[in-house]
Amino acid sequence: MARTRAATTTPERLRGQSGNTENETTQASPVAHRKPGEARPNQPPMFGGLSGSRRNVLDLDDFSKEEIEHILQSADGMNEVLSRDVRKTPTLRGKTILTLFFENSTRTRVSFEQAGKVLGADVINVSASASSVSKGESLLNTVRTLEAMKIDVLVMRHPHSGAPYYVASKIDAAVVNAGDGTHAHPTQSLLDLYTMRRHLGDIVGKKVTIIGDLHFSRVARSDVWGLRKMGAEVTVCGPPTLLPYGLRPGTEQADSAAFTGINVVDRVEEALEGADVVMALRIQQERQDSGNLPDLREYSKLYGINADRLALASPGALLMHPGPMNEGIEISSEVAHGAQAVIEEQVSNGVAIRMAVLYMLCARSRGGE
Amino acid sequence: MVNKPIVITGGRVIDPAQGIDRLADVLLKDGVVEAVTDAPGTAPDGYEVIDATGMVVAPGFIDIHTHLREPGLEHKETIATGTRAAAAGGFTTICAMPNTEPNQDNASTVEFVLRTGREQGVVRVMAIGAVTLERAGKRLVEMAELADAGVIGFSDDGNPVADPNIMRQALTYSQITGLPIINHCEEPSIAGAGLMQMGVIASHLGLTGVPSEAETVMVERDIALAELTGGRLHIAHLSTRRAVEAVRRAKERGLRVTAEATPHHVSITDAWVYGLGGATPDDGALSTVAYDTNTKVNPPLRTNDDVDAVVEGLADGTIDMIASDHAPHAATDKECTYQEAAHGISNIETAFGSCMVPVHAGALSLEGLIERMTAAPARFLGPTAGGKGLGSLKPGLPADVVVLDPASEWTVDPSAFFSKGKNTPLAGTTLKGRVVTTLYAGEVVHEAGVAVE
Repeated sequence: MARTRAATTTPERLRGQSGNTENETTQASPVAHRKPGEARPNQPPMFGGLSGSRRNVLDLDDFSKEEIEHILQSADGMNEVLSRDVRKTPTLRGKTILTLFFENSTRTRVSFEQAGKVLGADVINVSASASSVSKGESLLNTVRTLEAMKIDVLVMRHPHSGAPYYVASKIDAAVVNAGDGTHAHPTQSLLDLYTMRRHLGDIVGKKVTIIGDLHFSRVARSDVWGLRKMGAEVTVCGPPTLLPYGLRPGTEQADSAAFTGINVVDRVEEALEGADVVMALRIQQERQDSGNLPDLREYSKLYGINADRLALASPGALLMHPGPMNEGIEISSEVAHGAQAVIEEQVSNGVAIRMAVLYMLCARSRGGE
Repeated sequence: MVNKPIVITGGRVIDPAQGIDRLADVLLKDGVVEAVTDAPGTAPDGYEVIDATGMVVAPGFIDIHTHLREPGLEHKETIATGTRAAAAGGFTTICAMPNTEPNQDNASTVEFVLRTGREQGVVRVMAIGAVTLERAGKRLVEMAELADAGVIGFSDDGNPVADPNIMRQALTYSQITGLPIINHCEEPSIAGAGLMQMGVIASHLGLTGVPSEAETVMVERDIALAELTGGRLHIAHLSTRRAVEAVRRAKERGLRVTAEATPHHVSITDAWVYGLGGATPDDGALSTVAYDTNTKVNPPLRTNDDVDAVVEGLADGTIDMIASDHAPHAATDKECTYQEAAHGISNIETAFGSCMVPVHAGALSLEGLIERMTAAPARFLGPTAGGKGLGSLKPGLPADVVVLDPASEWTVDPSAFFSKGKNTPLAGTTLKGRVVTTLYAGEVVHEAGVAVE
């Protein structure tokens, strides 16, 4: 694989990082920034304006605002299809989508499967355990074998951060990251943005507060990219042991594009004040054993979203959760099923968003690149 | 010896052990150094001439931390390929780390390594024994027997001696051999499942970080135990500012503590995990070159500030020597996710070029660097190294010599490595400073091809 490398790296200063900004690569990366709006002649009229040169969806960090807008608009069309009596279009007929999940997930896998099937694609689901695969066949050989059976899109979930980047560098099929380790979950972020937009209109200037385990949350990492690109004001709050370095009190964030422009607030009450969107993240039981938390009881007391706390947000603020929820811990049952919660709608919108993403990637391969 | 005597003419001879830094000829005869002349002159009759005009001539480098992988892991490296790679890197003495299969925790494995080195190696192979059986950190090896077999020190290598009492006993008991305990200082309970240096880059990539303090706390612990026991402590691959400071204070107190630094920890940082040759991606957007598994190494690549501190430590003598930690791996060990990837960099062939980075940056002198790669490790090996000593061009010492071109630029091409391990993050990178010729016991064992444009 050809390496993208700063051509002007000098022997005197291999080093890297600071002071190297003028050396940053401007070469087209394999995940190219697409030029939005380049129409394809054979593009089906119904979901216009989506096809481009994007090959993979690995995270939202390499998306432009316009590109995100296009996907959100396209998802409106997809929602229209989903509301029909006969939820089936021939758009991706003849395309094969493979979902390859190295971690259990009902919600995300079914969402992709449904998205592909509604668009008329053939969808093959493969579950694999990362450990059994690593003992025998390597990840590389697994995906090469599957690709040899002719697939157009590989939807992949893996417990290791960066796994889909590695796979995307090795195969020709489009790769969609359906969650990699503690790194990213871009389609979740897109459906979150879509859900917010449906209720709030433009997201610019809206205050979005994310509460909980930001350290281990791939959803939060992708949400932060998506929200900032769309112009939202992002506030995060969580136990200091569950904030990533760069957001933790006393650590610098200025020199990393991944963490600039995020408000970090210590007290949940302060974080919630005036929020237009409140997003509670899933807290995992294991965090007690790893020493990140004393116990879930104290977490719930300090950071759990309940009616009293939700009342601190703007009137009518949206309550979101990426699921699956631990009701009574990070979110009370009362608010989780209350009038402000849009959690089930997030799930429905997930199908529309994934239809838009799969369509975009298949339209590219249809363009014959 | 039947080979023709050799004269290396016209080079700048740097031999820190003798305080030599002058233009001179070096005469080699019968496998040993015959003389270093006062000034360049006419080559004597009957000598084969190696023209070193414009070059630096130095004692062959000594590496006290090399992974040769044999016995047991010959798909990664063998003693034959590893010594050939060492010759290409200018090293004439290398010390085999004990994490082989079986471990070097018993005399027969040590004897196998030393014998194979003599029979198949193109440079001198010495061996390091384990501290504990199976390198498991529980029971001490038979140190006296291993010392008789010829080990030059004890190390559990990638496994830090985690139990403080075992470390204490090792530092005490090893004194019957006079040999050092070499510890990989990284407190496992803090390092945890960490994959790279903790910081914004690890957070950005979603990779679990190892804080620098994992190193610091064990370095501080071991220094305290060295003081308690009076034992000889050597700290492998020092890589953080705080740990450098700790060693500096220990030396000021007169403790028997030495330390080494690797070529990668003096030249590259954690930003290399982005896969962009040290650059940070535009607007933070990752591409498929990110998560470069060839940057995964233990201890991890650190921050710019740590690199500065390690270089300062080398410059002021806090860090005694360069040691490669050459860690060759098979392609499949790195063709995987970052989490699955093996630790280590195949670097013995790029070591000099990497170490020249701080020299060209003005942070370390060339003479200082050569001292850290020759005289200092020779002092560390002491009289155990065959009696006469190594690492100098004194008359009568083995004719181990390297001819260097400090200004020559070359592009790293792992496919051209002699090592079986092609695992380096430097592929495609330009280094300035190369090894031109290596002589071991008076014989040329490596000659670089025509300079790469």
